[in-house]
Amino acid sequence: MEDVLKLLTQNARLSHQEIAVLLGKTELEVDKIIEKLEQDGIIKGYQAIINYEKLPQVPVLALIECKVMPKAEHGFQEIADRVMLLEEVESVYLMAGNYDLAVFVKGSTMQQVANFVAKRLSTLDSILSTSTRFVLQRYKQNGVILDEKDIRDPRNMVL
Amino acid sequence: MDPKVIFNQHLKNVKPSVVGKFLEIANEYKEIISLSVGEPDFQTPWHIRQAGIAALEQGKTFYSPVRGLLALREQISEYMMRRFDVQYHPKTEILVTVGSSEAIEMVYRTLLNPGDEVLIVQPSYLVYEPMVYMAGAVPIIIETFEKDGFRLKPEQLKEKITDKTRLLILPYPCNPTGAIMEREDLEAIAEVIRTTAMLVLSDEIYAELNYSDISHVSIAQIEGMRERTIVTSGFSKAFAMTGWRIGYACAPQEIISAMTKYHQYAIMCAPTVSQFAGIEALVNGAGDIETMRSEYNMRRRYIVDRLNKMGLSCYEPQGAFYVFPNIRPTGLSSEEFCELLLKKKQVAVIPGNAFGDCGEGFIRISYSFSLKHIIEAMNRLEEFLKELSLG
Repeated sequence: MEDVLKLLTQNARLSHQEIAVLLGKTELEVDKIIEKLEQDGIIKGYQAIINYEKLPQVPVLALIECKVMPKAEHGFQEIADRVMLLEEVESVYLMAGNYDLAVFVKGSTMQQVANFVAKRLSTLDSILSTSTRFVLQRYKQNGVILDEKDIRDPRNMVL
Repeated sequence: MDPKVIFNQHLKNVKPSVVGKFLEIANEYKEIISLSVGEPDFQTPWHIRQAGIAALEQGKTFYSPVRGLLALREQISEYMMRRFDVQYHPKTEILVTVGSSEAIEMVYRTLLNPGDEVLIVQPSYLVYEPMVYMAGAVPIIIETFEKDGFRLKPEQLKEKITDKTRLLILPYPCNPTGAIMEREDLEAIAEVIRTTAMLVLSDEIYAELNYSDISHVSIAQIEGMRERTIVTSGFSKAFAMTGWRIGYACAPQEIISAMTKYHQYAIMCAPTVSQFAGIEALVNGAGDIETMRSEYNMRRRYIVDRLNKMGLSCYEPQGAFYVFPNIRPTGLSSEEFCELLLKKKQVAVIPGNAFGDCGEGFIRISYSFSLKHIIEAMNRLEEFLKELSLG
C-alpha cells in the first residue's frame, strides 16, 4: 500500500499497469489496492501540480495566520468547519505555536485577498486576530521543484 | 639535443575505449537524455557525509596507516562475515584502497608476470582487459552468452585453461549484463578451478545490488576457494560514494602483504576522510542500501517491461544497475544503433562492444537515473524503433 502511495505521490498519472510493473505486482492487485485507498478516503483525489508563475495572470497566494478562541466542547473544529467551506480557501491547518489556524488563500489580486480577510474571515465570531502573509515566489510545491531547468546532472561520464 | 618522449610499450598497445569515442559524439548534442552513466544517481546518505564532515572538523586529515584505519578494516571484516559468511582478519587480510579500481590494479601488479595468461569473462567492465596488457600479461577472453544468462559455464572455463593461466577475473554481479552467479554456478566453476593452480579475482563491487530472491554469494564462500581468491569491492555502488574513492581487497595474508607493499610505494594510503565516512557507512548504512536497492529494482522492472513490449529481447538482469538488450533484430551494429539513436532522439546509451567483442549486438542501458528520466528515454527509444522498422 505504502509503495503504491509513494509512486502516486510522485506521479499520479502512472497507469495501474505501469504501477504493477514497477512494484512487481499484478495489475489486478494494483486495481484492488487503489480501489481500497480511494474507498477508505486515503486517496482524496488526483490533481495537476501547476507552476502558477507561468500563467499570464499569476494568482496571489497568501497565508493568513489566525488566532482563534476555541469553543467549549467543540475546540477548534467548529471554526475550522466554517473556514474550510469558504471557496477562496485552499487549505486550512491547525498549528502548534504562536497562532492557531493557518489558512491558505488564493485570489486573483492582493486587493481581493485583503477584502476576503477583512470581510469574510476576520468577521467570524471566534477569530481573535489575523495576520496576512503574501507569498512572493513559489520555488517548490508538493515536492516538485518548479523551475527545474538549472538542475543539471552533476555526474561525469568516466568509464 | 631535443627531448624524446618514449611511451611505455604496453600503454601504447592499449586501444582507446569505444566509450571515449562515443562520448565525443554525445558531447556535441546539448539536450541529450543520457542512460549512459555508470554510477548511482543517489547522493551519499547524509549521515555518511556527516561522518566525513566531522573528520574534517576534527582535523583528522593526516595519512592513515598504509593498510587503512584499523577501525575501518575491522568493520569491513565484520561486514564480510555478516553478509557473505567469509572471515578475513582485519590486521593481515584486508587492504583499504583508492576505490576498488586500485584494488584490481594492485592484484595485477603483484600477481602477474610477462606472458602470464589472465582469463577475463566478457562482456564485462572495460577496465579489466587493458590493465592486463599494461601489466605485460596476456588477456584471454571467455565469452558468455545471452542464452546462458551471461553466466560463466564450467566447460567454457575449462577450454581456456593452459599451463600459463594465472588468474581468472570473475565480474559478478556484472556490469554491463546485470548477470549474477548463484551458488550452484559457482560450485560448478570451482570444481574446475580446484584442478588448477590459478587464482581468482572476484570483483564484487555490485554485491549489494542483487535483485534475485537470494542475496549475493561470494566465490570465497565456496569450498577451497577462499585461499585462492582476492575479493575486491568498495563503497561506490552500495553507498553511492563514487567520488570518495574508497574500496578494499580481501585475500589471504600472503597476497595482501604483497599488495600492501606495492600500495605503500605507489599510493601511501586511501583518503583518510573517506575512510572515516566508510566506517559510518558500514556501521549504520544497511537501511540506505535497502532504500536504494528497492528504487533500482522498480526501474529495472520498468525498463525490462518496456523493452520487451518494444520487441527488444532482453535477458532479465538480476544485479548491478544495467540492462543489456539484444539489438540484432534491427540489423544495426551496436555503434550504429547508438549513434543513430543519439542523432535522431538524443538518447545516449553505450554500445555493447565497449565491453568486449562479444558485446556486439547489444547496448547497455543504465538505470541509475530517476524514473521520470527513464520513462522519457524509453518513450524516445520506442519511437526510434518504430521509425526504424518503417524505414
